[in-house]
Amino acid sequence: MARSVIVDYDAGNLRSVQRACREVGLDAVISSDPQVVARAERVIFPGVGQAGSAMVTLRRTGLDVALRHAIDAGTPMLGICLGLQISLERSEEGDTACLGLMPGRVRRFALDDPRLKVPHMGWNEVRVVQPHPVLDGIEAGDEFYFVHAYYPDPATTAAVLAVADYEREFCCALGLGNYVGVQFHTEKSGRVGLDLIARFAAWDGRFQPPQETAC
Amino acid sequence: MLSKRLIACLDVREGKLAKSVRFVDTQDIGDPVEKAREYYADGLDELVFYDITASSDKRRILLEFVEAVAAEVFIPLSVGGGVRSVSDATDLRLAGAEKINVNSAAVQRPDLISECAHAIGAQNVVLSMDVLRVPVSDATPSGYEIVINGGRTRMGVDALAWAQRGEELGAGELVVNSIDADGTREGYELNLTRLIADAVRIPVIASGGAGVPEHLHAVLTEGHADAALVASMVHFGDYTCSGLKRYLHAQGVKMRMRW
Repeated sequence: MARSVIVDYDAGNLRSVQRACREVGLDAVISSDPQVVARAERVIFPGVGQAGSAMVTLRRTGLDVALRHAIDAGTPMLGICLGLQISLERSEEGDTACLGLMPGRVRRFALDDPRLKVPHMGWNEVRVVQPHPVLDGIEAGDEFYFVHAYYPDPATTAAVLAVADYEREFCCALGLGNYVGVQFHTEKSGRVGLDLIARFAAWDGRFQPPQETAC
Repeated sequence: MLSKRLIACLDVREGKLAKSVRFVDTQDIGDPVEKAREYYADGLDELVFYDITASSDKRRILLEFVEAVAAEVFIPLSVGGGVRSVSDATDLRLAGAEKINVNSAAVQRPDLISECAHAIGAQNVVLSMDVLRVPVSDATPSGYEIVINGGRTRMGVDALAWAQRGEELGAGELVVNSIDADGTREGYELNLTRLIADAVRIPVIASGGAGVPEHLHAVLTEGHADAALVASMVHFGDYTCSGLKRYLHAQGVKMRMRW
């Protein structure tokens, strides 16, 4: 039976994501089986760690192909932190070729102010710049918990759903079709983070940026 | 920009919440899981769970506490006390801790920091340092010395040098705990906090001595700390997490105000 799956590829602690899912009533299994991921009803793709070693594991296990199948099948997918980053085409972290589920690249923070620390770690405000069913309900002043040195830079601005500010604005949530990704740890962001997971759990996987449907 | 963080520390001893005054005469003041739940609902930004007994036979108790808290509290959870190896760290991570605090064992064997950083990611390794004010000497040019075993053993290691070494070895964050100020409620050691915060490029959490909200304001501004750790202030009911955050926000400190 198809079910919600948290992708396990030896990249960090997935049980905190599972606990947060359980808290909002989403019963998600942790699996490293490509068959299970490819046939999932919805996919959560989290992760912390290093892009290069994550990609090695994904290729070795066949999870790279399974994730591609899931995206092509229209399965709602939520990337979190490293999971989001390696969903793009290429990362500056070790100049790594990534999955390419989403067009765009991952860049390292290059900040002018020497007092600003990298990784960007802590609570920061997330500002929605494009309505999306999964982000619907985030209000001005809502903060999420971040831990990262790299950030996503999607190929089209139409895919940028939300931004945060760290010396300058960066994309912290992006989405296209049945894929949505967040740079922050929504599972560790209190009520606002749990609400986001609950909305993902209810999402049918459909989204078209208004710019593309306008004409 | 990032908000400053309010962090509450729960010292656990044999399953009970404890609070020490200058690291002696601990007293039990309640159920830590209940306190964690209460602080989370009241806007706390991060929780530190410290097992002050931390002997090997008590580790199971600590892991069960971490699991119980992690099932209900969805903010970063940092755990320490008796972490001596990578397997201690990974056990705690599996139980639900985001970050692992290392302290005494790292002073005795600094490679523990790099081993943990490699295994669980540098950003998840917190070097917690207990610091005693001492006369300036060749061994302690900063006038601050590292102590271990809950403040009982002086190590002849300079605190500033140790903070920088910890950063080099891969610590993602520092907790700077003043033994002199701990439990006094007379204020954080501002000089010590600023000295270290200005010398490293990783976040510094000030610990020890908070008694009134003005102390938090001082350490987050003049003290250059990224986060303020409280214990007694909130454990005994004198202040609430939300009340402290509202005060700091009103003073112009950027805080997370919606939860």
